[in-house]
Amino acid sequence: MSTVFIAFQANEDSRPIVEAILADNPAAVLDEQPAMVKINAEGKLVIRRESIEERVGRPFNLQELQVNLITISGHLDEDDDTFTLAWKN
Amino acid sequence: MDMTVAKKKLGLKEKYKLLTRDLGWEPTYHNKDEVFPYVKYEGIKVHDWEKWEDPFRLTMDAYWKYQAEKERKFYAIIDAHAQNNGHLNITDARYLSALKIFLQAISPGEYCAGKGFARMGREFPGVGTQVACQMQAIDEIRHAQTQIHALSNYNKFYNGFHAFADARDRMWYCTLPRSFFDDAMSAGPFEFMIAIGFSFEYVLTNLLFVPFMSGAAYNGDMATVTFGFSAQSDEARHMTLGLECIKFMLEQDPDNLPIVQNWIDKWFWRGFRLLGVVGTMMDYMLPKRVMSWREAFEIYGIENGGALFKDLARYGIRPPKGWDDAGKALDHMTHQFMLALYQYQFGTAFHSWIPSEEDMAWLSKKYPTTFDKYYRPRWEHIKKLKEAGTPYANMGLAKLCQTCQIPTVFTEPDDPTTLCHREVEYKGETYHFCSDGCQHIFEKEPEKYIQGWLPLAAIFQAPLNGDLGAWMEWVSLADGKDNGDFAGSEDQRNFEAWRNQATSNQ
Ligand SMILES: [Fe+2]
Ligand SMILES: [Fe+2]
Repeated sequence: MSTVFIAFQANEDSRPIVEAILADNPAAVLDEQPAMVKINAEGKLVIRRESIEERVGRPFNLQELQVNLITISGHLDEDDDTFTLAWKN
Repeated sequence: MDMTVAKKKLGLKEKYKLLTRDLGWEPTYHNKDEVFPYVKYEGIKVHDWEKWEDPFRLTMDAYWKYQAEKERKFYAIIDAHAQNNGHLNITDARYLSALKIFLQAISPGEYCAGKGFARMGREFPGVGTQVACQMQAIDEIRHAQTQIHALSNYNKFYNGFHAFADARDRMWYCTLPRSFFDDAMSAGPFEFMIAIGFSFEYVLTNLLFVPFMSGAAYNGDMATVTFGFSAQSDEARHMTLGLECIKFMLEQDPDNLPIVQNWIDKWFWRGFRLLGVVGTMMDYMLPKRVMSWREAFEIYGIENGGALFKDLARYGIRPPKGWDDAGKALDHMTHQFMLALYQYQFGTAFHSWIPSEEDMAWLSKKYPTTFDKYYRPRWEHIKKLKEAGTPYANMGLAKLCQTCQIPTVFTEPDDPTTLCHREVEYKGETYHFCSDGCQHIFEKEPEKYIQGWLPLAAIFQAPLNGDLGAWMEWVSLADGKDNGDFAGSEDQRNFEAWRNQATSNQ
């Protein structure tokens, strides 16, 4: 399986998002670099709206992710509840 | 950020459908071929445009909202940077060279991408595609603007920033990205998507904006990190658009496969050549470095590109033709490029320098099989010449590659001691190439590339007639200020003096 990844600017908006991703994806590996946080995972990463809402304590629209997003790898599928990155092979 | 809204909102998929598909219409008093005249000549067969979907499902209302937020964040930081003498917070004024190259060579490319996507938004028949191209066109204009705004704060204090538009058109090292974008903008709409969406966004911007901007943060340059990350937040959408375009073409018709493969071969190599500039900035121009260009390429080129090609193998796509040659060039390219920049430093609108002992130790650690063997001895030699008062300058002109337009300064893939040079005769003229990759690209479309304008040739033509001073004026290069060695430059002196002032009351 190839690696998918997602990276965000390192800031207070991103912190609960990163926490949620790490909690929901046991295969996720955190890679902290100057001014950015990158999360790598084998094959697939799922970001769940609910998990982020639990941490930020307010309704969260997954499209807000784009404000601090730096890069992604993998095919994306986004709907109201999940933002999924995956490779088919 | 989002506030709670009591009334039930439309779901993302439903909203996307309403605000893209449902805005389209079928023409009645013109036929579709007249309305979209450029969509068929490349040979790509499309049976159902409805199959094209933006996986972000971003609609215009949400687009404006989030982009406005990005802009507010960006300009707050830029203001703070200007108000707090942010230019004095960089580690070392050598770093300014990377910013100058960025402004002269990369930002104008953003503008070209904007023009290109505005055109593609008009030329593609699918509504989902039109909307995504429209957003990307606006994004790219924003990237050019925010970069120029951010770097204008440096232009107030340092040399080499003042004439980036002239440099873009006429400077020999800027023709590498300029020819890349000219090639893309004069291609058909589908090829443009591969050139920008796949090669520039997927392979290049990851290297350019991610490790390089993280490096800018490391070097205390808040302004650059900010435009870099702000731009990159759009790039995720752009890469996705490029990837979707490739999948779409391959899924629409099996006849599209050889056409797409040919473009992937071509644009991988063009992109790799363009990376020579970025890699050199990363290895040589960042005083503090997060990772070497080689390490960055392993993650974003080999691993990430490899994952994509493995994924596309189900459609019959194989890794690009130049993949192996690129692998062989990894440990050489940036060193050869920096040596080329240094030896022509009288003709660059930025400073270069002989790497310090500490820099060389880092380079040999990062390039253990090549730096000490091939490149350290050359730098030592250049250093000796400089100390003897006879600094090395190459006043000759290398042959220029007709495809990527850079001087032929790279070596044979299997022999780092022999310059790589290829020649092709076409209609009675001889054309030169830096590599097999660039030669193959030419041979597939010779009528396109013989029209290439190589601005460096102007130095031997009327009215310049070989006059170096007149050439400098023509490229808007201020001799003795913008060019030459960093050591002893006005930028070096000013930065030191101002930084001392900022930390004392004298
Ligand atoms: Fe851009
Ligand atoms: Fe070339």
